Amino acid sequence: MLEVKEIDVFYGDLQVLWDVTFEVRRREIVVLIGANGAGKSTTIRTISSLLNPRRGTILFQGERLDLLPPHGIIERGVVHVPEGRRLFSEMSVEENLVMGSLYGEAKTKRRDTLRHVYELFPRLLERRKQMAGTLSGGEQQMLAIGRGLMSLPHLMMFDEPSLGLAPILVQEIFGMIRRINGEGVTILLVEQNVHQTLAMCDRAYALENGRIVLSGTGEELSANEHVREAYLGI
Amino acid sequence: MEVFLQTLVAGILKGGLYGLIGIGMTLIMGVMGIINLAHGQLMMVGMYITFVCFHYLGIDPYFALLVSMPALFLLGVAIQKYTLNPLIEVESILPENQVLMTVGIGMVLTEVARFIFSSDYKSVQTSYSSSSFFIGEISFSLALTIAFFIAVAFTLFMFWFLLRTDLGRSIRATAQDKDAALLMGVNAQRITILTFGIGSALVAAAGTLLMPIYYLFPDIGGPFTRKAFVITILGGLGSTVGAIFGGLTLGLAEAFGATYIGMAFDDMIGLVIFILVLIFLPSGFKRITKV
Repeated sequence: MLEVKEIDVFYGDLQVLWDVTFEVRRREIVVLIGANGAGKSTTIRTISSLLNPRRGTILFQGERLDLLPPHGIIERGVVHVPEGRRLFSEMSVEENLVMGSLYGEAKTKRRDTLRHVYELFPRLLERRKQMAGTLSGGEQQMLAIGRGLMSLPHLMMFDEPSLGLAPILVQEIFGMIRRINGEGVTILLVEQNVHQTLAMCDRAYALENGRIVLSGTGEELSANEHVREAYLGI
Repeated sequence: MEVFLQTLVAGILKGGLYGLIGIGMTLIMGVMGIINLAHGQLMMVGMYITFVCFHYLGIDPYFALLVSMPALFLLGVAIQKYTLNPLIEVESILPENQVLMTVGIGMVLTEVARFIFSSDYKSVQTSYSSSSFFIGEISFSLALTIAFFIAVAFTLFMFWFLLRTDLGRSIRATAQDKDAALLMGVNAQRITILTFGIGSALVAAAGTLLMPIYYLFPDIGGPFTRKAFVITILGGLGSTVGAIFGGLTLGLAEAFGATYIGMAFDDMIGLVIFILVLIFLPSGFKRITKV
């Protein structure tokens, strides 16, 4: 479904990704693990066209995403739930959700999707008139996910959705991601919370210093000597 | 007491127009993160368009809105698209230099106006320019009152637009978090162009509405840019509701200053309030209005 092929990405003159290649198949949950600064967020931001690869291609359902402007990505059914939620803090919860459905089918089905998102996250319905900036961290993450769902995505990319949340909320968010996947949405997840994500994913890739160093199923990576040492601290 | 009420009325009527000037500037401020220092000059262009419409074509200033607003919308769009946006793409030029660019644009507009119309004072003398009506003992300038209500209508329309339409929400979203707006599919570059167009059209409306009661010369832009700047700061940068309060405050301050201190001081009063707000309420009225 998504094929990232041999991309090199630079910030100015500084190269941060080398020859990164991976794929996400339909209905999978794929995880990118890696330490801080390994290039996980950069990879997702490049798929979202916020950054352009200097070499390589990104294909989604056969179409070149790397040639599209940032605002063209979501119209193709790829949505990015960014690190740190990045909500519109001076807009109400409902306005934030509406912002996720600006185009095409998502716009015509806005009402139905809104109802669906409120069913998934009853807390958001309770607070629909409240400014997004006044929500708690967990609620903000729910809103960020809800806003992503409003675009009726085929592929959802999550950048560190568990960051800064209490363990019980992390469970809830991961549960929600699995549920969304169960509804037919393909998932690409970037996480530092390696232990839990490897347990819930279909396949995983490990990024180190801007290169893919390992790939395999969740179990394979959990069992891998290097992963156990470097990420799981065992 | 009568003098007081008369001054209050004059201040509020003027404040409504100032609000319209301020909203245009604050929208641009919010979305682009820059102060548009050509704002008053754009208004000046709108005023000259009104003058030409009236003088050569015999179009009433209120109908001239239908010419000046679209014309300034297009001028604003062109300025953003061809002079301001290209600056962002050049890495060696700091994005903040867009502000300098607006200063240059303001100068060009002023001198072009001087070239065409000379520095002479122009005015539009309509049948209602000096007519007024009375409610009780208080006199209302007819032209200013009409201008006030049209300004309020535009302001209300802008609120509806910003709060209730996808395009308006996209403008607010871009102002709050540009990257997030991009991720939601907002074409941020188009939004900046559109916003500059809308801001220019609004200030053109204010200029046109002022024409029946004001005189016009090429350098009138500078003082109005200054006023717009004060209004925007008073309102708390980027706040639309704040801009309305800022406009009213400045209108009232100028009116009371002119009545109780002296006509020559009306500009000074505004700047004194400006300084007081910077010292005691640095985030402007936004702190109070929260919007």
